[in-house]
Amino acid sequence: MIVNQFLVLAAALFSLGVYGVMVRRNAVLVLLSVELMLAAVNINLVAFGAHLQDALASGQVFALFVLAVAAAEVGVGLAIIVLIFRNRQSANVDELDLMRW
Amino acid sequence: MDLGAMISEVMDWASDARNVVFLVIALVMVGAAVLVVTSRNVVHAALMLMLTLAGSAGLFLMLGAEFVAWTLVLVYLGAVIVLFLFGIMITRAPTGRDPVRLDHKRRWPAAAVAVATFVTIISTTTTAFRGAEIGEEVTSTDLLGDALFTRFVIPFEAVSFLLLAVLIGGIVIARRDPK
Repeated sequence: MIVNQFLVLAAALFSLGVYGVMVRRNAVLVLLSVELMLAAVNINLVAFGAHLQDALASGQVFALFVLAVAAAEVGVGLAIIVLIFRNRQSANVDELDLMRW
Repeated sequence: MDLGAMISEVMDWASDARNVVFLVIALVMVGAAVLVVTSRNVVHAALMLMLTLAGSAGLFLMLGAEFVAWTLVLVYLGAVIVLFLFGIMITRAPTGRDPVRLDHKRRWPAAAVAVATFVTIISTTTTAFRGAEIGEEVTSTDLLGDALFTRFVIPFEAVSFLLLAVLIGGIVIARRDPK
């Protein structure tokens, strides 16, 4: 196995996540696409870790940190979406123009 | 590099059984990821994300990162997807066949930006890591735990504090104000 095969896969997943963030209207689906991007980053980190084989396993440690932060992001993000839905009866990101000048 | 050498290199790569397994998992992951961003059914999108993450857990096992793989299965496939399904239910996102539009009208500029991102990333990273091999060793949970609690103990504590803050913040944000 070589590093490049994992890099190409991660780049594909990240680009699909970028596409999803830009094209989706529902805020929950935008969060799903962000999760896709974070999964791509995790694949990169673990592949680099397996390539370097360092004594501290830094790649895997940072993948664990990314996992924890992503779980935190989903928690707060969904709480905010639920609050917005309760106030405005809609979770579509293009209808949230309250702070638009 | 001429064509013959390139073909023999590709044949070399495909003769390793692990690379064939990688190819199968990668194709499933990319297909599921495409469905995540294009599916008209919100619940299907969440379940396809689950499939993508299961594939990445399989890749982590191939890379010798066993603890990370099982943590991914527990945290994501167990908890985060359920959280997403609750979010979909609570916000009454359209779960049937497209009662309202789920996507913006302008898909092509977004697709162009995504393709440009892909080309930029692979053209820089694959030239930088050309020929870099991946080692065989499996990282033991013993070693990982040692690293987490010695060298990385301060980031680890910071992450645990972040999770506590998120726990409190999530409750405070989402509850109704008692009046």
